[in-house]
Amino acid sequence: MTGPPLTAAQAGLVACETCGLLARPASGGDPGVCPRCGAALHSRRHQSIQHTWALIIAAAICYVPANVLPVLSTSALGSTESDTIMGGVVFLYTSGSWPLALIVLIASIMVPLGKLVALSYLLITVQRGSITSNQERTRLYRMVEFIGRWSMLDVFVDTFTVALVQLQPLMSVEPGPGVVFFAAVVVLTMIAADTFDPRLIWDARVPAEL
Amino acid sequence: MKTIACPDCDLLQHLPDVPPGSKARCARCGRVVARRTSDPIDRPLALTITALFALIVANTASLMGLSVAGRHARTTIIGGCYEMWLQGQELTAVIVAFCAVVAPAGYILFMLTVLLAVRRPPAPQWIGRMVRWAESMEPWSMTEVMLLGILVALIKIAELATVQAGIGMYAVGALVLLFPAIMVSFDAGEVWARIAWVDGTVPPSGEGSPSGGPTR
Repeated sequence: MTGPPLTAAQAGLVACETCGLLARPASGGDPGVCPRCGAALHSRRHQSIQHTWALIIAAAICYVPANVLPVLSTSALGSTESDTIMGGVVFLYTSGSWPLALIVLIASIMVPLGKLVALSYLLITVQRGSITSNQERTRLYRMVEFIGRWSMLDVFVDTFTVALVQLQPLMSVEPGPGVVFFAAVVVLTMIAADTFDPRLIWDARVPAEL
Repeated sequence: MKTIACPDCDLLQHLPDVPPGSKARCARCGRVVARRTSDPIDRPLALTITALFALIVANTASLMGLSVAGRHARTTIIGGCYEMWLQGQELTAVIVAFCAVVAPAGYILFMLTVLLAVRRPPAPQWIGRMVRWAESMEPWSMTEVMLLGILVALIKIAELATVQAGIGMYAVGALVLLFPAIMVSFDAGEVWARIAWVDGTVPPSGEGSPSGGPTR
């Protein structure tokens, strides 16, 4: 290919997001469906920036109760003790399994926060029309997409702890109100990563090149 | 040679013929744009059938058992979700059930259907929808996260009681290995190349320049 790099959008084409077929859109307003796989065609994900912001803000709101409210409460021999996510990390650390404490700390506290920060950074740079470090930003996006699922770790830990430790009246563990907020953070950030369109990172170059 | 647009940066580029066992990356952003495997249908099919059996065992056999002071308790995956539901965490139970059971099962069943149906050319159009559904299940299928979660739970509980891993646990372990093996050996491009198009035409063998699209 000769000349400056050209994107499909600049050439008036749309790449199907499902099967990758390069198709000519039906008309300006509605690109129609992919002739091969039948998925709806769109040059960029619909209202990507607005949707991603909405999901990030919702996730950030849920992040507070997810960390402040208890996720587990243990009743043993008449006494009840509630643990937050951080409390669970401290419990693992003090009981001698610091590698596990580190894994839970990274998966449950740092990854969700990192995802919120990374996606906000990507959105802000896209909105400001940044043209620098596009490759690094694309790599950051892929990392967010790849790592997101691991934050679900604590929800699984809580579920199986609750399921197993039901030895009334000796000892029982009940889920706390924080679990559902935490699960919501994970689900919302995963959807947010999916609604963000990485091609927007590269679109800012267009006016500079033409 | 065919022209493609990178899914991550939309750059138009010519894709050379990719020999089996290798992959091609976008010239600008480095995203893998084509990946060909040496046996794109039969190997993932064999792995998917194995995964189906592992899935059945993982969801029916007990995951782990616990005994303390002469009392025993054990749980399955869905039993864990049910306990969460009983304890008033209905939404969490649904999310866990989706990520631990529904999405992995959906992925395996859709892939199985695709891989069986695509063997008979021309592959019917509805396979495309199945590939799409399988791909949408993929990020939500969290077997490996669940396995780590179970191990952390076991270690936490081991402080309080004696725990044993059940057969279900080994089946979950097998699934954790099988899922990436299916994904690595599967080549969606091979399926797309065999599928009949929306308007009923048989796939053109030398798929090349941008197609005419709906207004052709």
